[in-house]
Amino acid sequence: MTELADANRNTGPAPTGARVSLDGLVRTYGATRALNGFSLAIEPGEFVALLGPSGCGKTTALRVLAGFERLDSGQVTVDGRDVSKISAQHRDMGMVFQSYSLFPNMNALNNVAFGLRMRHQHAAQRRKKAGELLELVGLSDQAAKYPHQMSGGQQQRVALARALAIEPRVLLLDEPLSALDAKVRAELRDQIRQLQQRLAITTVFVTHDQEEALSMADRVCVMSEGRAEQTATPAALYSRPTTPFVAEFVGVSSRVPVEPVDGSVLLFGDRCRVRASDVGLPDGEVDALLRPEDVTITLDPAAKPFVTHKSFLGATTRVIVQVDGVAVRVDVRSDVAADIELGARVGLSVVSRDVLVARRAPANPGSGE
Amino acid sequence: MASLIPDVVEDALVTVPGSSSRGRRLPRLRVWRAVVLFVAGAYFLIPIYAGLRFSFENDAGHLSLYAVKAIPSEPGFSAAFWLSMRLALVTLALTLVLMVPTSVYVHLKFPRLRRVLDFVTILPIVIPPIVLILGVLRAAPLWLRASPYLLSLVYVILSMPFVYRSLDAGLSAIDLKTLVEASRSLGGNWLNTLWRVVVPNLRSALLSATVLTLALVLGEFTMASLDLWTTLPVWIYQFEQVDAHVSTAVSMVSLVGTWLLITLIVSLDRSQSRRTRRRTNNP
Repeated sequence: MTELADANRNTGPAPTGARVSLDGLVRTYGATRALNGFSLAIEPGEFVALLGPSGCGKTTALRVLAGFERLDSGQVTVDGRDVSKISAQHRDMGMVFQSYSLFPNMNALNNVAFGLRMRHQHAAQRRKKAGELLELVGLSDQAAKYPHQMSGGQQQRVALARALAIEPRVLLLDEPLSALDAKVRAELRDQIRQLQQRLAITTVFVTHDQEEALSMADRVCVMSEGRAEQTATPAALYSRPTTPFVAEFVGVSSRVPVEPVDGSVLLFGDRCRVRASDVGLPDGEVDALLRPEDVTITLDPAAKPFVTHKSFLGATTRVIVQVDGVAVRVDVRSDVAADIELGARVGLSVVSRDVLVARRAPANPGSGE
Repeated sequence: MASLIPDVVEDALVTVPGSSSRGRRLPRLRVWRAVVLFVAGAYFLIPIYAGLRFSFENDAGHLSLYAVKAIPSEPGFSAAFWLSMRLALVTLALTLVLMVPTSVYVHLKFPRLRRVLDFVTILPIVIPPIVLILGVLRAAPLWLRASPYLLSLVYVILSMPFVYRSLDAGLSAIDLKTLVEASRSLGGNWLNTLWRVVVPNLRSALLSATVLTLALVLGEFTMASLDLWTTLPVWIYQFEQVDAHVSTAVSMVSLVGTWLLITLIVSLDRSQSRRTRRRTNNP
């Protein structure tokens, strides 16, 4: 397989990632604030995922970066240059869209060559480079096919090749895998990540699928209500969430009512430190947010908590334990879980003496999967 | 009605073994379909047959080609024919240049205005052509009134309901926003995006708009007559006073000519699609 770098030798310098900075972005639609002071700094060659629930502003942020949306206030800089007022046409950002965006009137080769044509490259040169890009995404045998003759996965790979062909300063991926089936999605996910690492292009990836975000990105920015809640590496985001929203949105958490005692909390009879967060220890009633792997269980016929449900997940089994009317999820090794019957009385303890707390949820704390 | 149904069909209706009520309904439906087609066909074909027959007759009522042969040499025919052609082409160009970017822009930037545009473009059907042309003649400057191309400007308005609906349907059938944004992100300016991405994907809609516009312009009589320009329909009407056989022959020739033109445009489009398919299947 010829790499893009080889292709670039003929057409220009090898692509280098750009430093991107989004500062205090505000974008409103009528009474709705899609972006509410959103800020994010992205290092050259970094792969950052914008993750959040529907309506959190992640796609708007990407579209602002691409130049498709105007800003009410704030600034977008690429390598220190303010591009806020520059049109999408002149931003040199390759984009792969959620819906299949290949031009239906062009075959795969011409689709990939389109951006080069817009840059007035010589026909032979752009055909050669487009061919190499198709080879890079493993579709050189599909060059003459039209979009309607290709599968969704193939179309998205051509779209990726098309976005890469212009040697973008930033690669923007707007949920490019969401329309694909699980198997193709997993394959394309790996391919995108490998290509991004090989080409070292600064990449911003929008997704609502946390598995995708955590497995692909160098850093993940969790967004809520038009703001960045937390931006961190996937591992840090999962194990050290700094806000209750992140703790509950990323991974699985159980809310367990706890009693504040002198700046710490009492959880399953143990005194635990409150993890540093933006909110600190809130006033009033609070809940601890526990990951399923943060809790261990032991069979104890004298204990009050009892097992209500078990879900086999492979190596582990998720056991739901009822504690004073609250459901606590606990991950247990499957061979151990096999010995735990439904209704069995169990004792609970926390692995870490360092827990995240949040103001108590108004209804049904700690329940629900 | 029974006489219209062949005996074999009647037998089949009666003797279908183990036929259900649905089975009996189906042949009856087919018969009705044939009846409707026959009546509709007769409604369209009988006047055309009468016109053709009249075109191939002489004053004595005998079969003759004299009317058809006489067409090119009749005074005023060539001028009227070419004027109609020029008006058709200018109207088509103006309509497409005006309506394609407008429809695209409304779809992209002001989708809520589609309803307004829908309403506005239907007005030419509601307003009688005579009212429209009298208003235009009163308002237009003298230099424009002196030009036949004033008619093209008015024909643009007349063709709007058909052209806008064709384009609207075509634009709704593609993911316009994504295609435009993809083109823009790849460095395409608006003109390139329109020309290389949007227009090629509106081929069927443009074809339909073209056919409808040409048919409308080549058949329009009222406005041309009131604006005192002898287009082909006006010439046909005027020449009827001189020789009705020739006049009818011109009507028939223009009818056949319009059909041929439409067939040509449609087959060009089909052959283009076939070529595309062949290229793809044999890269």
